[in-house]
Amino acid sequence: MKYVYIICVLLLVSCNNNGTTKEQDQQVAEVEKELIVDSPLEVYDFDGLQKFLTTTGDKIYVVNFWATWCAPCIKELPYFEQLNKNYKNKNVEVLLVSLDFPSKYESKLKPYIREKGLKSKVVALDDVDSNSWIPKVNQNWTGAIPATLIFNKNKRKFYERSFDYEQLEREVKPFLK
Amino acid sequence: MKKALNTFFAIITIVALSSFTNFGGGHGYHIGDIATDFELENIDGKTVSLSDYKTAKGFIIVFTCNTCPYAVAYEDRVEALNKKYADKGYPVIAIMPNNTDVKPGDNMEAMQARAKAKGFTFPYLMDEGQKIYPQYGATKTPHVYVLERTKKGNQVKYIGAIDDNYKDAKAVNIKYVEDAVDALLAGKEVKEPKTRAIGCSIKV
Repeated sequence: MKYVYIICVLLLVSCNNNGTTKEQDQQVAEVEKELIVDSPLEVYDFDGLQKFLTTTGDKIYVVNFWATWCAPCIKELPYFEQLNKNYKNKNVEVLLVSLDFPSKYESKLKPYIREKGLKSKVVALDDVDSNSWIPKVNQNWTGAIPATLIFNKNKRKFYERSFDYEQLEREVKPFLK
Repeated sequence: MKKALNTFFAIITIVALSSFTNFGGGHGYHIGDIATDFELENIDGKTVSLSDYKTAKGFIIVFTCNTCPYAVAYEDRVEALNKKYADKGYPVIAIMPNNTDVKPGDNMEAMQARAKAKGFTFPYLMDEGQKIYPQYGATKTPHVYVLERTKKGNQVKYIGAIDDNYKDAKAVNIKYVEDAVDALLAGKEVKEPKTRAIGCSIKV
């Protein structure tokens, strides 16, 4: 009888233990999930974005204008990710400026960033008055995306076109000198 | 021999120049240029040319498609433009410039279905072989050209966006195309003949 009692207590304790761990695990998982889902998206109007489009420092910035609905943008995005990874130690930083519609931030943009595990910084540009801001990015930009801006403190180049990795690397290299 | 050589260089120059003019954005028509006519297939199977419109004073040419969110956002406004201006002599002519192998959602059947669902009252033409949009210099959808019929031909009077708010038709401050057509109808100069907006690059 004594043994039965001990076994029962042991069982209870172990059950209890299991319960707690599971619960805790679940809580942790939920918190993690929430953190990822609610990872804040930086949204700017063009005035706000402008600080990302010039520099006085020594870095080289590669700014890509894209959207989740833009097929050629999605195709070239991995090359920008690759560039960001391979040239991080060479003082190159990639910024991905999403032109997704604000109504799609939750349903399309954030899930895309999460699922692809994008490592480059992503910001969203929400500014309807594109006739005012497009020429400020570059005089020659007609407004089609994808479009890319490469600059450092001395020079800047603008491209209204798609890239593959080699082409992108070729354009960035002259900025490294 | 020298003459043959000269001819040869002349041809090389022409080829080089023409290949440059076809080189993506930044080229194509400028304000004041005479726009080419075309003969493109409509969603009803018939072909449409600008010269078919005997009484038109001009045209609102809209390069647009089914698959671009910006183009879709403007569908109702393009239809409204046609309703407002076709009777005044400025009909809308929509042209779909994408390569349908790349964008099957823009093929003729899809165009027909979209036009039917939205009740388009304007022609929706296929730029078969993608020959017309590069001449105009369209780079994206939607991309609008307002032409005025003159003695010299259909003269480009406005290039750019439909208005200044893709997101919300009710929040629009400036209706660029309407302002341009209104000015032309009143015999005035277009105040803002070139505007820019974000759009989907034309798929080649």
